[in-house]
Amino acid sequence: MSTEQAITTYREGARITDVDSLVVEGLSVYYETEDGTVKAVDDVSFTLKQGERFALVGESGSGKTTLAMALMRLTRPPGHIARGSVTLNNRDLTTLTEDEMRQARLSELALVPQGAMNSLNPVMRIERQLTDGIVDHLADDESITKKELSQTARDLLTRVGLRPEVARLYPHELSGGMKQRVAMAIGISLRPSLIIADEPTSALDVVVQRQIMQTLGRLQEGLDASIMLVGHDMGLVAQFADTIGVMYAGKLVEVGPVEDVFGDPKHPYTKLLIQSLPSLQEKKDFVGIPGLPPLLIHLPQGCAFEDRCPSRFGKCTGAVPEKLSVGARRDVACFLYEGEGAS
Amino acid sequence: MTEQTQGIENTPNPVLSNVFRIISAVLSNFVVRRFFFFLFVVWLASTVIFIIPRLSGQDPVKEKLLLEAQRGGAIQQGLDEMAKHYQKRFGLDKPIWVQYGNFLSDLVRFDLGTSIAFFPRTVNDIVFESLIWTLGLMGTVTVMAFTLGTLAGAVLGWPRRPGWVQYVFMPLLTLAAIPQYLLGMILIFIFAFKLGWLPLFGGYEPATLPNLSFDFVVDVLRHAILPAFAILFSVVGFWAIGMRGMMINAQGEDYMVQADAKGLKGARIFMRYAVRNALLPQVTGLALVLGTIITGQVLVERVFSYPGIGDILFQAIRLSDFFVIRGIVVIIIVGIAGATFLLDVLYPLIDPRIRVRN
Repeated sequence: MSTEQAITTYREGARITDVDSLVVEGLSVYYETEDGTVKAVDDVSFTLKQGERFALVGESGSGKTTLAMALMRLTRPPGHIARGSVTLNNRDLTTLTEDEMRQARLSELALVPQGAMNSLNPVMRIERQLTDGIVDHLADDESITKKELSQTARDLLTRVGLRPEVARLYPHELSGGMKQRVAMAIGISLRPSLIIADEPTSALDVVVQRQIMQTLGRLQEGLDASIMLVGHDMGLVAQFADTIGVMYAGKLVEVGPVEDVFGDPKHPYTKLLIQSLPSLQEKKDFVGIPGLPPLLIHLPQGCAFEDRCPSRFGKCTGAVPEKLSVGARRDVACFLYEGEGAS
Repeated sequence: MTEQTQGIENTPNPVLSNVFRIISAVLSNFVVRRFFFFLFVVWLASTVIFIIPRLSGQDPVKEKLLLEAQRGGAIQQGLDEMAKHYQKRFGLDKPIWVQYGNFLSDLVRFDLGTSIAFFPRTVNDIVFESLIWTLGLMGTVTVMAFTLGTLAGAVLGWPRRPGWVQYVFMPLLTLAAIPQYLLGMILIFIFAFKLGWLPLFGGYEPATLPNLSFDFVVDVLRHAILPAFAILFSVVGFWAIGMRGMMINAQGEDYMVQADAKGLKGARIFMRYAVRNALLPQVTGLALVLGTIITGQVLVERVFSYPGIGDILFQAIRLSDFFVIRGIVVIIIVGIAGATFLLDVLYPLIDPRIRVRN
């Protein structure tokens, strides 16, 4: 089975087109500190097709959320986008003016935050939080009545599986799962073509997690949008995503279709990550990855994973491995595969 | 609880059970409960005021008479009779629980007694006359300082503010470090003494009688400007610093990131998300400060000889006018407890998380 087929047949009803939705090229997010530059995201490139589900995994501090925020151009000082481009629907977001970017947020790319926490304004009714984004994206000559807004809020709530009456409530009156659904309702309110979901299910129990992910998938398919899921739950990612990207120390070390990456992981880090997943069939000790990720401010000369890597060899200390293509839509940044260089 | 309810249902008298039901419904009402708590606080504090002087074991009448006698070098003959006579007049010859009962019943009727120093004026008379001046000055200044300071703090705590803003507001924060009375003296020296633009002291021209004519109002305002600014300048910084801190706190909240991610307009994020949330602790502060303004600003009112309650309190303490002191303390208690009560009742309106379930 070829890789292309694998993507398209992975899930029922998937409609991944061949149109590029999001093209990220050489994106780098640096934090300038007194002690030097922290390379939180360094030279990351990947492509999302329209309708594709892309999952970004990696341990805490690997730069997943920083990358997601950079796509929305929400990097806060002292962080800044040092290099690279983010092209959404053939428009480079990094060159937009501040106001153009504001217009693009929510209407073209929307963030679904970890809504179970505090992503909703505690002193504002849900209805208002669902509709203020719509109001602020109206063109100068457009207007919308209060009644229409109210109706829109109710429709959105119904679409995420909540009762319309929730519109009149305040965030503290909702459960974690309900808040997450509200966060999704906000995300789809202007029919964006890209949804960035930053750990949408952490802090929720597994039953609710499943429901939330199903709803998120259904909404995405309804909009024909592509989705970028940020998370560290490998099991959840395996079930949900078409494509997976593994981040380590600010770099994207491996990208590929979920089945291929799980079936035949290439990068030693990915291998260890998958091995560390506990199995239901077998009772054994937890397997971790020994060592700690490097400090992003003092990255080693060579590969950032070198000191933890079981397959390291001489070359690893000298230079940073470049991204290599090891199959259709399959990239890995590791010297082990230099010989295979099929591009 | 359940047993009680059942007991009521079993009561043969339906009228009585209805009355009881209404009473329990009223008592379960949040506002009513807070009001009873307010009354409780006032009662408790007043009782403390009643007890403390009596714990000293001294006889205020005798002390006073002895002092007077010594001062006048008079023979201390018939002093005991005189003391007895005055004790009877002040009701101090009665048992302590009768005195306490009298004290409470006077309190309920807002009868705070008669001044010793300004005999025969009543404490009510003196206190309320000066209260108008204090509330007029302090109330206005506090609200102005709160508005100005909160606004300044909100802008200073906003990362997307224009750069020049801090040069305008930062000096305001520095002024907060100067004591009010000192600032008052500086203002008097410059604007009243050197330049002669504004009056040196008082609440109005000494020769005039308070009335509601236009001239008198202008005169009052002219007299209020310097003390108002002395207080305003030193308090604005307090509000600004508090608000700026809360704004910076708010920046770190997830809902602020989400507000940006929603592509909202800057003005909306500022007002509806940042300021709206940062304002909550400020309002608590305002309510508590409003409760204490009744005391007046003793030092500032002294410096300006402003006929407010702070000035009266100063005089009363100097002249050992116990009844006036006690009257003012009672007013302070009622003021603070009242402000807390008002805050309890109004806070749910601005913070839905405090909303009560009945």
